[in-house]
Amino acid sequence: MKRTFDTEEKIIVENNRISKDGVEWVINPYDEYAIEEGIKLREEFGGEVTVACIGPSEAEKELRTALAMGADKAILVEVDEDELQGDEHTTAQLLASLLKDRPFDIILAGNVSVDNGAGQVAPRVAELLDIPQVTTITHLTVDADQNKATVERDVEGDVEIVEISLPALFTAQQGLNEPRYPSLPGIMKAKKKPLESIQLGDLKLEQQDLAAKTEVVEVFLPPEKKAGRILEGELEDQVKELAHLLHSEAKVI
Amino acid sequence: MFIHLTEEQELIRKTVREFAEKEIAPVSEKLWEEQQFPYEIWAKAGELGLIGLPYPEKYNGGGGDWLSFVIVLEELARIDCAVANALMANSSAASLINHYGTEEQKEKYLKPILTGEKIGAIGLTEPNAGSDAAAIQTSAVLDGSEWVINGSKIFISNSDNEITGPVVIAAVTGTKENGRSEISNFIIPNGIEGFSYGRKLNKIGWRASSTGELFFDQVRVPQENLLGQRGAGLRQTLSTISTGRILIAAMGLGILQGSLDRSMAYMEERKAFGKPLTDLQALRFKVSDMATHTHAARLMIYHAASLRDAGKPFDKESSMAKLFATEKAMEAAHQAIQIHGGFGIMSEYAVSRAFGDAKVLEIVEGTSEIQREIISRLLFQ
Ligand SMILES: Cc1cc2nc3c(=O)[nH]c(=O)nc-3n(C[C@H](O)[C@H](O)[C@H](O)COP(=O)(O)OP(=O)(O)OC[C@H]3O[C@@H](n4cnc5c(N)ncnc54)[C@H](O)[C@@H]3O)c2cc1C
Repeated sequence: MKRTFDTEEKIIVENNRISKDGVEWVINPYDEYAIEEGIKLREEFGGEVTVACIGPSEAEKELRTALAMGADKAILVEVDEDELQGDEHTTAQLLASLLKDRPFDIILAGNVSVDNGAGQVAPRVAELLDIPQVTTITHLTVDADQNKATVERDVEGDVEIVEISLPALFTAQQGLNEPRYPSLPGIMKAKKKPLESIQLGDLKLEQQDLAAKTEVVEVFLPPEKKAGRILEGELEDQVKELAHLLHSEAKVI
Repeated sequence: MFIHLTEEQELIRKTVREFAEKEIAPVSEKLWEEQQFPYEIWAKAGELGLIGLPYPEKYNGGGGDWLSFVIVLEELARIDCAVANALMANSSAASLINHYGTEEQKEKYLKPILTGEKIGAIGLTEPNAGSDAAAIQTSAVLDGSEWVINGSKIFISNSDNEITGPVVIAAVTGTKENGRSEISNFIIPNGIEGFSYGRKLNKIGWRASSTGELFFDQVRVPQENLLGQRGAGLRQTLSTISTGRILIAAMGLGILQGSLDRSMAYMEERKAFGKPLTDLQALRFKVSDMATHTHAARLMIYHAASLRDAGKPFDKESSMAKLFATEKAMEAAHQAIQIHGGFGIMSEYAVSRAFGDAKVLEIVEGTSEIQREIISRLLFQ
């Protein structure tokens, strides 16, 4: 689970970085689907749901929200984002080294984070752990006896059905489920649930394993949208002008 | 002094705000228009644990504190005060049964009204007795092992509703030595023989709340439906009413915050004379007042709730909070419409619907005049 900007937050770029001043934070919305699916699986098959997060100490708040929704345990790998100038590779290394010694049947993650939108972390984790993966799933059926799962995944306008053996990693796409609100008794119980805090040093990773593989060259906002233009005149002339503009000005045809 | 909300209370606020914005706001106008009780929302609020929050877990409550419940009502009323009142009036019935009920009464009547399965009501007011509660005329006479009840009640929230569970009513059970009425409380299951409702009451506020007129014609309930001691009725009601006042004040706070949020958003988007309304000092100052009153009301209410949670006396603080928050809510609702101009009159706009809701707050759970009476009595005692 990642802690991201509230989706309604305005993005302000300052000194080539995105300003975090006074920002409201949320659980990455795609990760909410993953958490909900985990809780649903536990309700059906038993077991335990652990939510793991790589982030600053403040992310404890979002982890508590996940616990309030119904997760059993939480783990926070505390990183100071200013100190550790990492990228998706870094996060995947951290997660994989956290997960490799812990038993699991299924790893669920969001398909992308709504801030960076790379969609890389979870697939990289699956590779590092050497387990099968299916991304952008919209439906998950687990056959516990056969130790396998059947998933539906979103393939840009169509559905692909995949059968996969467990343990496996899945990334959640919108439509997988409807995340529940944390219930009030859930919120009050969340405080008593275990939240393990791990320091970077505890993971025994070399600096070179963590170094970013990418470099941020520049941070800028998309150009502001210009006001639309309404064509006038005879319909036939308008069509001609539109085709001309799409070709010469917008350069889309 | 400084009011610090816990991480849990912050999360409760966030959850209820999201619930209110996503589940209630889209249907609020329809509920208002049709004067419909929101059964689905009530059930969902039960699932989320909003309804029974401050009551013992043993009876399906949440075991939470009153300050958290205040936050729940505030956030609900910010979107729809009538929905908030469903929880508030239910809590009045729950408080009485929880404090004075026997184990069997709690099992039977408290449990279902803390989960959203049923809804509880409290019937004190009568056509000829509101502020002067001691003047009620409904009577209960013991006949063998049964009480026989005759009379009527009016303006009773959560009654005349498909899922009304118990109605806790006050009735005269005799005359005391000093000549005054002896008043006792009874738990009346909804819909028993002789218990009927009058016409539907049409209202200018709290329109989605079901407000019933009750008639009792030779209604017979077993002796064990007496709540607590005979003759303790008014004392019981008074002991829970200060809590009720904090909750009504919280609903006023919700209206204050809602009026403020909506006014600011509207001023930012609406233009007049080529400039946004935010450029007009006459309107900016209205918003300054609203924000100041909201802040003051919040401090008063959270303080009163914290006193209650700490087991300290809070009667004066709750009356003051109720008086201030509800009168300022009325003022804010009025000014929010002014800021919205003609649109503010249209029921499509939440500021318009909040106007009648705010007015109700100045009347229920002791009118503003009664609060001033109580406060001055406590000052000069
Ligand atoms: C929507 C709605 C929901 C309600 N829900 C419930 C409910 O669930 N249960 C319930 O029992 N009741 C309920 N009530 C009733 C409410 O509590 C009473 O209306 C309220 O207590 C006022 O009583 P009254 O209407 O008889 O007014 P009155 O007592 O007749 O008051 C009339 C006016 O006289 C003033 N006044 C009266 N006495 C004094 C005094 N001593 N000093 C100065 N001024 C005084 C009042 O402030 C008021 O301005 C509800 C009312 C409404 C409108």
